[in-house]
Amino acid sequence: RPETKAKVASEAEDVWVWLEISDNQIKQVSLELLGIARELADTRKENVAGILIGDELEGLAEIAIAHGADKVWRISSRELKYYETGLYTAAVVELAKRYHPSVILFGATYNGRDLAPRVAARLRTGLTADCTGLAIEPSTGHLLQTRPAFGGNIMATILTPNHRPQLATVRSGVIKKPSADYSRAGEIIDLPCPEPRFRLSNILGFIPSSKPVVRLEEADIIVAGGRGVGGSKGLKLLEQLAQVLGGQLAVSRGPVDEGWISSEYQVGQTGKIVAPRLYIACGISGTVQHLVGIQSASTIVAINKDPRAPIFKVADYGLVGDLFEIVPRLINKLSNLEV
Amino acid sequence: MKWIVCIKQVPNTSDIKLDRQTNNLLREGVPSIMNPYDLHALETAFDLQEKFGGRVVAISMGPPSAEECLRDALAMGADEAILLSDPAFRGSDTLATSYTLAAAIRQLQPFALVICGKQAVDGDTAQVGPELAEWLGIPQLTGVDRVIIEGNDIRAWREQEGGHLEVHASLPALVTVTKNINEPRLPTIKGRMAANRAHVTVWTKNDIMVYRERVGLAGSPTQVRRIFYPDHSRRGQIRQGGPQDLSDWLFSILTEQGVS
Ligand SMILES: Cc1cc2nc3c(=O)[nH]c(=O)nc-3n(C[C@H](O)[C@H](O)[C@H](O)COP(=O)(O)OP(=O)(O)OC[C@H]3O[C@@H](n4cnc5c(N)ncnc54)[C@H](O)[C@@H]3O)c2cc1C
Ligand SMILES: Cc1cc2nc3c(=O)[nH]c(=O)nc-3n(C[C@H](O)[C@H](O)[C@H](O)COP(=O)(O)OP(=O)(O)OC[C@H]3O[C@@H](n4cnc5c(N)ncnc54)[C@H](O)[C@@H]3O)c2cc1C
Repeated sequence: RPETKAKVASEAEDVWVWLEISDNQIKQVSLELLGIARELADTRKENVAGILIGDELEGLAEIAIAHGADKVWRISSRELKYYETGLYTAAVVELAKRYHPSVILFGATYNGRDLAPRVAARLRTGLTADCTGLAIEPSTGHLLQTRPAFGGNIMATILTPNHRPQLATVRSGVIKKPSADYSRAGEIIDLPCPEPRFRLSNILGFIPSSKPVVRLEEADIIVAGGRGVGGSKGLKLLEQLAQVLGGQLAVSRGPVDEGWISSEYQVGQTGKIVAPRLYIACGISGTVQHLVGIQSASTIVAINKDPRAPIFKVADYGLVGDLFEIVPRLINKLSNLEV
Repeated sequence: MKWIVCIKQVPNTSDIKLDRQTNNLLREGVPSIMNPYDLHALETAFDLQEKFGGRVVAISMGPPSAEECLRDALAMGADEAILLSDPAFRGSDTLATSYTLAAAIRQLQPFALVICGKQAVDGDTAQVGPELAEWLGIPQLTGVDRVIIEGNDIRAWREQEGGHLEVHASLPALVTVTKNINEPRLPTIKGRMAANRAHVTVWTKNDIMVYRERVGLAGSPTQVRRIFYPDHSRRGQIRQGGPQDLSDWLFSILTEQGVS
């Protein structure tokens, strides 16, 4: 017989975040999740807890507390240096079974997408993927999880009404990172590494990519080009603009499909979700698959020849014109100012 | 030795429409295809079959029409195709889907490897693979673009930010594959003709060991509350004019934003 449900909704409480480590740092997306966890927990007058698993974790629990955690479960061991499905799942599941959180959030990273479903299946609970909106439903206290599906063409709001914990993954850049407050107090609880029998695989090592890493998710200013840039020469021009603005070059899928640039630069449903202060879209038509990637940008500027281009519907400032006439003039003006 | 490939039938368009009255998905009249990632999963199985022998078994859960994509798998070279289809499976979320697939795959034991696509292009959760591995109690290696089988072991490269994690596990195991792993073959005319005559086994809930309360809507902890079109619109200022006028305007906007 299937075992009885883990815990009824009314008994579960607190919002947890899996704090993913990379290069001995807590990942940006995990810090962003602490921000939304704080909001959700405050609505329900509950606590936020972080789950910190890894090796050499000195100082990281304090950073989590500064970003909104009230409590950090810390499991530090050389066995946990690399993410390993079995040990990490056991750690999260054991904690959840003992303390019955209401919500657990994971970054929708490569490892978050490996861990969260394994945890969900072991806890026999629901998991909502790639949420772009999370809120508490006032009448029921359930988590309202909104996510794109069908390539961003539609949105769905999903609930896990009868099971706890409610699990969700969220992509980087969807939520603004909270600012750190190092005067916040919080509790740090050290726990032992799960037993070796939980191990499912052996990590042989990390093989770094030979190509440079493009970190669009963290960029403050992005200059993005679409098929309208016409080729790699047009992209060079935008790269120049990005340079004078101290920003980062990105593209829609147009230039990637044309083979002008590699897919690491792509923004959108099948690319990166970005959240810059300023996004300048040049020669991008603005299909829905692109727009899902930029909705968190604070300000969107669009340059497009076609006044009916859908990008203008989402732009804060729209320039109807030829990017090859506007961008060089702008670069000139900006660089003259610098000297 | 069996190589089991999980295949999902998906609509052949991202231009999905909603019924304006009910806000339900309109699936009628939308042509279906095999999830593109699953072509790569099949190709992975064929590669392994060429090296080590054994049978390639394609399995799908879905409505009776999902038989079409299993015929495509047969046309490409799969030895056997199984369709899990029962009204009781309707409305399954990823937990119920993976539970049902696991029950069927258990009946196919012994198998060496279960191969899934990294994600489906419609539901797009990438959850079925890892949840299936959990139900089966076997290791998972997700998002891999390289697989090596050595004796009773598997070594794979998992995609990561800025590189790969090289992971080792014992068989049986489950992998989910990216599009970088291989170039899927096209079905031959001969394969197509054979596939049209081939037999697709259909299993209902009575043919596999499942609890009623774990399949379909009843077995799905997640519920879709609402479906709607995204609204990304901002009511901004749009300006037409000469290039000098426009670049001056943009310059002043950037100055206002404090970036220039
Ligand atoms: C499942 C799926 C996933 C997808 N995922 C993504 C994704 O992640 N990201 C993404 O971006 N797309 C994605 N797409 C593709 C998307 O549907 C569009 O095809 C793509 O975004 C179009 O790129 P574009 O705007 O660069 O090109 P186009 O649509 O060709 O637009 C070019 C624009 O440039 C303008 N233009 C031309 N010349 C000039 C000039 N000299 N000056 C100014 N403007 C000019 C034109 O007016 C036009 O609006 C996806 C599609 C599918 C089906
Ligand atoms: C708008 C919308 C949003 C949804 N959101 C969620 C959600 O957040 N959480 C949730 O649990 N469910 C969700 N669902 C339900 C989910 O789409 C279905 O359960 C679906 O059957 C499997 O999920 P997927 O398409 O995401 O597959 P993925 O997990 O992305 O598929 C990965 C691989 O698993 C295999 N696979 C998947 N489905 C099958 C199948 N039926 N038969 C054989 N192999 C298969 C294939 O190899 C595939 O390549 C949603 C459905 C809709 C319509």
